Amino acid sequence: MKMLKQSRFTYALANSLLALGAVVLGYAPVRALFAGAVPVTVAAALADSPVAVAAPATPPAPAAPAAEPAPGGDIANARGVVPDTGLPVEQAVLGIPPNVPPPITRDYSARVVVHLEVREVVKRLADGVDYLFWTFGGTVPGSFVRVREGDLVEFHLENSPDSKMPHNIDLHAVTGPGGGAASAFTAPGHSSQFSFTALKPGLYVYHCATAPVGMHIANGMYGLILVQPKDGMPKVDHEYYVMQGEVYTAGAYGDEGLQSFDMAKAIDERPPYVVFNGAVGSLTGDNALTAKVGDTVRIYFGVGGPNLSSAFHVIGEMFDTVYEDGTMQDQLHDVQTTLVPPGCATVVDFKVEVPGTYVLVDHAIFRAFNKGALGMLKVTGPENRRIYSGKEVDAVYLGSAAEAGTDARKRETELQAQIAEEIKTNPKIASLTKEAQVERGKRVFMQTCFACHQPNGLGLPGIFPPLAGSDFLLADHDRPIRIVTKGLTGPVTVKGQTFNNVMPAQVLSDQQIADVLTYVTNSWGNNAAPYTVDDVRRVKAAGVSQ
Amino acid sequence: MKEHGAYRSHWTHVLAAVIAATSLAAAAPPPRGMVLIPAGAYVPLLRDRTDPAQVPVAAYWLDERPVTNAEFLAFVSANPPWRRSRVSPLFADRTYLARWAGDLNPGPDAPAAAPVVQVSWFAARAYARWAGKRLPTIAEWERAAAAGFQRADGRAEPGFTAAVLAWYATPQPAVLPAAGSGRANLFGARDLLDLVWEWVDDFNTVLISGDSRGSGAAGMFCGGGAASSRDPSDYAAFMRAGFRSSLGANYTVADLGFRCARDAAP
Repeated sequence: MKMLKQSRFTYALANSLLALGAVVLGYAPVRALFAGAVPVTVAAALADSPVAVAAPATPPAPAAPAAEPAPGGDIANARGVVPDTGLPVEQAVLGIPPNVPPPITRDYSARVVVHLEVREVVKRLADGVDYLFWTFGGTVPGSFVRVREGDLVEFHLENSPDSKMPHNIDLHAVTGPGGGAASAFTAPGHSSQFSFTALKPGLYVYHCATAPVGMHIANGMYGLILVQPKDGMPKVDHEYYVMQGEVYTAGAYGDEGLQSFDMAKAIDERPPYVVFNGAVGSLTGDNALTAKVGDTVRIYFGVGGPNLSSAFHVIGEMFDTVYEDGTMQDQLHDVQTTLVPPGCATVVDFKVEVPGTYVLVDHAIFRAFNKGALGMLKVTGPENRRIYSGKEVDAVYLGSAAEAGTDARKRETELQAQIAEEIKTNPKIASLTKEAQVERGKRVFMQTCFACHQPNGLGLPGIFPPLAGSDFLLADHDRPIRIVTKGLTGPVTVKGQTFNNVMPAQVLSDQQIADVLTYVTNSWGNNAAPYTVDDVRRVKAAGVSQ
Repeated sequence: MKEHGAYRSHWTHVLAAVIAATSLAAAAPPPRGMVLIPAGAYVPLLRDRTDPAQVPVAAYWLDERPVTNAEFLAFVSANPPWRRSRVSPLFADRTYLARWAGDLNPGPDAPAAAPVVQVSWFAARAYARWAGKRLPTIAEWERAAAAGFQRADGRAEPGFTAAVLAWYATPQPAVLPAAGSGRANLFGARDLLDLVWEWVDDFNTVLISGDSRGSGAAGMFCGGGAASSRDPSDYAAFMRAGFRSSLGANYTVADLGFRCARDAAP
């Protein structure tokens, strides 16, 4: 108890020594015991005897609700007491992603009290796909913590009574054993408290470090803490919070239902999902980040991992400033893509000059378009044709590509038209309810197709062809199947506009293809015969035998 | 801070010693509701170079299923000091039997046949003693739980490990199902891995450090580092070890129950 009156440093040191001492004193006999070689009670008693005392220094308090900030209730379980520093006390405001707490404006150090609750919650990973995430504060990533360089942070980690697992926290902003984890190991229905001084400014990752660490991180236990420099950071109009992480589901991408963690995929680093802010679509559509022309935007971007680095890029923007690796010491300027390893973070600032949708991606680009690492920043305001003109000329360019149309191809088309007609008139197939397919297909579309073709099916002029009212699409029942299964490269003319781009083949089940094509050809004013699984198989088979 | 921890452990062992001195090994015909776990070996998850690779485990009786609310109700009825309103905070923290409707009324959230949870190690031990039994050790419990449905080594059975891990990926129901409804393993024990956590007698000897990655004084890595773990992919074993090490003897946790053991006749 005497140590409580000593300086913070001495206290921290003593704390570490005690922890170490427990290990040193306890290890030899208890290690043997762990292997089961020594009777339990004897060995454990040996292990504890050097530090055991006859009676508690403070009697256990009666059952009572916990009082803050002092440890309340079960004092027998209290593990730490913060030294009195005389600093003004402040409750931390936490940021719920994609939001960031407001900048700290004070010019003095404070004792900042942080309460972070660990919760294990089922959340949406993608449309129709759920996952039991382990979270800091109920979200993935966890709540954003903002303190100022030199602050004393009094950290309370609270593990929900509904949790199955014990958890702890390792903040990379902590100087000390385990980044706090050694002091924060907490059983379900309990809380831990420790304090640290934020010595170095920067943007830091925090994460759970309970065994098996990789699984705790993969299940969503990561977040960011900003130690704001004493002199502050340049003011911006918007601050956002984005983190990337992989999810190792037992099922493949898009497999519906509650998915469980797949250990083998995690060890092999083969994630079905790579996502921003914990879910496919967390930053798209209505959830998109927003700004106005002329605004400055700052993104605090971190990578929880557990395994993959991110080639963070915003399509259509250069970063004016990058605080590489989250350091506040030096900045880079005019950067296209910045690499962020797992357990690291970066800050990017940029000014948005022209309106439009800017797409946040991991430029390891299959992760963006096939695994979910895609977000949007929607910028509204007046055009600036001098910076970006939009499409100026749309002309035909044939190059060396002669018009295709061999006899075999024509014959195939005829045959397939006949087959399509056969199928269309088959009452058994026609009895499939188109509405059900459309509903299922919409989910597939909103996971796989919308990023390019847009939720309204209008595409992007000159880049991604429209599906709504697409003569190209609706002219041939089988053509969309071929496009989805094999991809499409090169110039096509849709509604009188020429597009010359690449669409990769999509990895979808036959049912998903039939559903999504039924949705596409029966939405936004389109109206066509539904697609069946047999359609898809037949076209695929035709492709193989060709 | 340390004084409290030491104090807690100290009393743990005083009580342990008392119980050890007073309980006698019971040699009897097959006790009702228990299954024989034959003599075998426990392969510790973590060990130093000098530790044996296998620890022999003598044959013993183990409850077929976790202790139920109905059984624990009988215990607290017969032992008033263990009722919720009267239990000492030294022996059970604030959430002791919190799911129960009252001292002697488990109520709708704790059906009679469901496993009792939110009981401390002290309470579990007291129950076991009252029932003429004891808690299993880590070695005993892990030896029983390592068995699959057909083989002594469950991890050799296809899908066994995945099924065990699935428990961690599934939210716990608000009201627990009946104990004993799971499939019996090779030894006839049920629900070891997919219903609730279970207390073991020597839970506090697990030396996964607080952050589970620290290297111990003797160079023994724990947790994710796993340099000396028998199988770094045995995540369930890590989680059990981690869970046990997060506990204090008076902790009560929502998904933590127990079952009892008894020595087998030599």
